[in-house]
Amino acid sequence: MNRNPQLNADGNLRHLLTIDGLPRALLTHIFDTADGFIAVNEQEVRKVPLLRGKAIFNLFFEPSTRTRTTFEIAAKRLSADVINLNISASSQSKGETLLDTVDNLAAMQADMFIVRHAQSGAAHMIARHVAPHIHVVNAGDGRHAHPTQGLLDMFTIRKYKGEFHNLCVAIVGDVLHSRVARSQIHALTTLGVPEVRVIAPKTLLPTAVEQMGVRVFHDMESGLRNADVVIILRLQNERMRGAHLPSAQEYFKYYGLTAEKLAYARPDAIVMHPGPMNRGVEIDSSVADGSQSVILPQVTYGIAVRMAVMSMLAGN
Amino acid sequence: MLDESLPGADDLIAQLAALITPSLTAKTVLVGMHTGGVWAADRLHPLLDPAMPHGSLDISFYRDDFEQIGLHAQVKPTHLPFEVEGRDILLVDDVLYTGRSVRAAMNALFDYGRPAKIRLAVLIDRVGDRQLPIQADYVGAVLAVPAHQHIHLIQDDAAMLSLKLVNLT
Repeated sequence: MNRNPQLNADGNLRHLLTIDGLPRALLTHIFDTADGFIAVNEQEVRKVPLLRGKAIFNLFFEPSTRTRTTFEIAAKRLSADVINLNISASSQSKGETLLDTVDNLAAMQADMFIVRHAQSGAAHMIARHVAPHIHVVNAGDGRHAHPTQGLLDMFTIRKYKGEFHNLCVAIVGDVLHSRVARSQIHALTTLGVPEVRVIAPKTLLPTAVEQMGVRVFHDMESGLRNADVVIILRLQNERMRGAHLPSAQEYFKYYGLTAEKLAYARPDAIVMHPGPMNRGVEIDSSVADGSQSVILPQVTYGIAVRMAVMSMLAGN
Repeated sequence: MLDESLPGADDLIAQLAALITPSLTAKTVLVGMHTGGVWAADRLHPLLDPAMPHGSLDISFYRDDFEQIGLHAQVKPTHLPFEVEGRDILLVDDVLYTGRSVRAAMNALFDYGRPAKIRLAVLIDRVGDRQLPIQADYVGAVLAVPAHQHIHLIQDDAAMLSLKLVNLT
């Protein structure tokens, strides 16, 4: 029996909860499918009839604009009906439990839940709870995982670099609090990237991060050397108030990506950021808007990747 | 039925080219359907008019069996490097059988624009189980294949095309 709760008995994707444990062939299949959806986004009628009549609920227990919007666009381009729920502002504040909320929405004939929650494991809990015909996509849970972001980042790398087996990828910043970084690291190692680096001060790295298969650097000059891909993580402003960092200015001085620091990487290196960006904190405007930046293509590719994930789930 | 009894793919393509050539216009574009139809269209193209615009179409997102079998295993990008609006589209597939793939292809094309005309060219018109009111305008050969067999075009490592029968289990 297959014990991965994301896969059905045939090894096909039933839910997407985390990239951890998914086989490389499945990730490649998602990217190949997403390539097909790129063409749909260039059609005159940017819509295909695959999920006609399906109800997809965007369950956002935590605020998000970009992720929720790109999921919504992706679902609409698949012809699904999309219902957006910002739950922080409704039932939960009246005391309803998470699973009661889910049961009520399932009774409204939901076919898929896209779940964003501040608690790690929330999407897993919903996936274990729902009836077999309902699919769950984790759109970010606590510090744990944000698999579609990880997938769209890998898809972007594949678009610009072609292959994974010869790459050096450096992830810069707040790995400790980042579900995006965790999903990226799982994806990069699964896809066979030989050198995955994290660059951050000790206070922003999880203990034993090396066990995830990454090399640790504490300075940009040695960490960025020969990098093909530089991924900048968002520095959440709220971290500034804790003991993690002295100040945003000091962080920018040592770890903010400027043109000078980017010059340590390979001349054809691409710069990525999952958004939203703090200009002048983790990245300088000249780099964010520069010729090596692929930050906006990441957003566009995110639609095709989410279309691929949703259509694969709904068909399995 | 055995593979040896099947007509040669290159002969069928030459035959199709002869049938199609008189009806080409300045508005004609060639569209091959993945995967067999793309190979056939690639061979037809130089025989018809090398200057004619030419693209490929994947119908995975328009198939009517998504509810039953899910997304097709191999989705290929659709590539139509021309405006579909107002064109005479010559749609090419390897085998016409139930007609469902052609239905899906026409729906897909209309999401790119409103063609003036769509015509269908197939290497094999497999008779016996048409399920939609669809027929080809240009046919290489008409064939009856037993229901337990599947026929399609394959391409070998040397880029040679041939028709292949597969027993359905």
